[in-house]
Amino acid sequence: MYDGTGCRPDYMGIQRQMQRLSMQEVQARADYLGHSYLDQGVTFDIGGQERPFPIDIVPRLIEAQTWSHVEAGVAQRVRALEAFLADIYDEGQVFRDGVIPRRVVTSSPHFLRVAKGINYPHGVRVHVSGIDLVRDGNGDFRVLEDNVRIPSGVSYVISNRRAMSTALPEVFAHHRIRPVSQYPAKLLASLRACAPSGVTDPTVVVLTPGAFNAAYFEHALLARLMGTRLVEGRDLVAQGGRVLVRTTNGLRPVDVIYRRVDDDFLDPVHFRRDSMLGVPGLLNAARAGNVTIANGVGNGVADDKLTYTYVPDLIRYYLGQEPILPNVDTWRMEDAEHRAEVLDRLAELVVKPVDGAGGKGIIIGPRATAAQLDEMRKRLIADPRGWIAQPVIQLSTVPTLIGDTMAPRHVDLRPFAINDGEKVWVLPGGLTRVALPEGELIVNSSQGGGSKDTWVLAADRGAVPEASPAPAAEDAVVHPSLRAGRAAERASDADDTAPPPSGHGGEQSQTQSQSQTQTAVRTSFGGER
Amino acid sequence: MLSRIAEALFWIGRYVERAECTARILDTYLQLLIEDPVIDEEATCRSVMAAMGIAYGEGTPDAGTLLQTLLLDRTAAPSIAYAIETARENARRSREVVSTEVWEAINSTYNAVLAGQLQQRRPADAFRFVRERASMISALADSTQSHDDGWQFIVLGRSIERIDMTARLITMGNYVSGPNGAWALTLRSCGAAHAFTRVYRVTESPRAAAEFLLLDRLFPRSISHLLEQAGHCLEELDPRSRRVGFGGDAARVIGQAHARLSYLSLTDLVTDLPREMEELQRVCADATEAIAKRYFEGVVAPEWLTEAL
Repeated sequence: MYDGTGCRPDYMGIQRQMQRLSMQEVQARADYLGHSYLDQGVTFDIGGQERPFPIDIVPRLIEAQTWSHVEAGVAQRVRALEAFLADIYDEGQVFRDGVIPRRVVTSSPHFLRVAKGINYPHGVRVHVSGIDLVRDGNGDFRVLEDNVRIPSGVSYVISNRRAMSTALPEVFAHHRIRPVSQYPAKLLASLRACAPSGVTDPTVVVLTPGAFNAAYFEHALLARLMGTRLVEGRDLVAQGGRVLVRTTNGLRPVDVIYRRVDDDFLDPVHFRRDSMLGVPGLLNAARAGNVTIANGVGNGVADDKLTYTYVPDLIRYYLGQEPILPNVDTWRMEDAEHRAEVLDRLAELVVKPVDGAGGKGIIIGPRATAAQLDEMRKRLIADPRGWIAQPVIQLSTVPTLIGDTMAPRHVDLRPFAINDGEKVWVLPGGLTRVALPEGELIVNSSQGGGSKDTWVLAADRGAVPEASPAPAAEDAVVHPSLRAGRAAERASDADDTAPPPSGHGGEQSQTQSQSQTQTAVRTSFGGER
Repeated sequence: MLSRIAEALFWIGRYVERAECTARILDTYLQLLIEDPVIDEEATCRSVMAAMGIAYGEGTPDAGTLLQTLLLDRTAAPSIAYAIETARENARRSREVVSTEVWEAINSTYNAVLAGQLQQRRPADAFRFVRERASMISALADSTQSHDDGWQFIVLGRSIERIDMTARLITMGNYVSGPNGAWALTLRSCGAAHAFTRVYRVTESPRAAAEFLLLDRLFPRSISHLLEQAGHCLEELDPRSRRVGFGGDAARVIGQAHARLSYLSLTDLVTDLPREMEELQRVCADATEAIAKRYFEGVVAPEWLTEAL
């Protein structure tokens, strides 16, 4: 919020407004937020426990100019990733031109050969994406990772906005904030646009692993806001190359499936045979061109953190443009020179698994013990393909209500983009995740992270400063008592807000609990039968 | 309508109604235990539990036992806490279909139960809370949801549950206290005391009470009214209702019960009331089974198959 010479103009409004409320009042409003989330069931599952999704009362502000930069960068990235996926599941021209080694792709566990030959209307595989960004010590947004499988969190963007406008109406009304409410309509329009050819009035469904999935709230919200059916695998049948849904009036055809189920569980015929979450025969129906699966099957290879290191080159190769948003500097363990350097400087770097999610498996060098570093060294040498290393990023902070005081906390940002085949539309704002414990570097919800409403200001306010060198950080002082120390170190990490629907154990317990509930549901007391 | 969702909605209707009826029963009978100095507490409690289908073996059940088993025990299927939790689970699974208002009403009721509200309140207050929340949920369903198939399933579940509970209450009233106070008690536990007095004036006539609870066409908790309502829902749900003899097992079961009730003389009806009430409970079970088979198990309707193949 401060740029060294005082409060940045765009934050002045918030500061003034919040100062008018007493700390007690701010806390009362924050309590209201928590209660309303509990009643509305805006929750997130942690270890099977349903908790209200934490939202901090202090919004994060992004000026119009900064946003248009982010917007362009995200859209560019999505277009490059679309081109990349289309290419590697087709001819693989990119390999022949030596932009990325073939083995990087083929050795990715998320590269699925069965995905070849599936036709995607309008060439869209990445219908929805969430590109994770962090702001470094210079105030520049950098891409931390790409999520083009089943990125989640957008439901909290929508809910946070609604909650904040009721909790802080006076502050809210003082700003021209770009709305986020068009998301469901944009999503539905893009899904309908990608229906198999010849279908004039496509039926779209949202496929969820079920009520026990951590992101179930999101699946239900999107289905409700779009007015589409929310189905589970058992509600669908593949028959004669078509996908049908069981209704009280028999089977009805389905044209587009917005799936929130991982590739591995999508179709037991091709992937995990024990999956109860998918639909046997779904992939064949997609291959026959009778149903569109969104997001595309096999997209995970683009999320791979080793692929990530090549994305700037992919942007240059496919689009002939310079990347608008830079990557975070990354060392590839595969490269002997890189490896040597990383092994040498292990204690000052962050090491991440290439297919990790939920902040798992990360080693933050400066915080690791000697034993952990030794262990890490061995693992790196044993499996170079499995790891990347990054410098510890000077990460921005935003003031956050902690107990009865405001304190700076680390944040990241996940903007969401929708591609309908004509245009990549970026939702103004996105999910700001905040690490609630002091000094904590990991913002993931599955690790106790919270969120903030992210306000993108409309451009025509006149309050946007000239394009001066980017502000050092978003460090901010909202409350007079606070002088935020800024640019604390942070080893960044990000992942899907919700962990992927299921792992081995997850699947097991999911199906088990489901069947238990069913029994309970059918139980009629009394000995009348 | 998705089969799974239809099933969830049907059970929301049933469980919300069940919570409400159970609250009425507990309220009436716990008050009776306090007010009536000569009543046999153990026998009364046993009767209540028997009517609710609970086998109670060892020990001497008392008011505390009733509260524990029928109000608080989240693991016991007959309890109010369990009914609320199950209704909530079903609402969670059909969240994109139930209106936001209905969902929030069910969810916040469930949160209150989780937070120990049923224990912390005085019992009479807890019962009122449950009754009010249940009425609110039903009213919200009626006023904020389209009266489409989904709503029909909620109303169908609610009606069938109410028939089942009313039948149990009538049986129980006759067991608990001698034939004299019995009907007054039953009327109260069915929430019908006031409506009855408006129609028949204050009277001790068991015949009048039986007629009101069983046959009154206007009172929304009379069995006759409920059977008609359930029948109407089934008619609305079946697109082939005009065809003869098709897909109507549930409608047949309900229709037969309705016809029997309508054409049997009141004297015949009350002669063996317990047996008649048992029969009604069986009707509810059979109808539920038929509905499940027809709508919830995703059975492919033959007509559609022929078209598809």
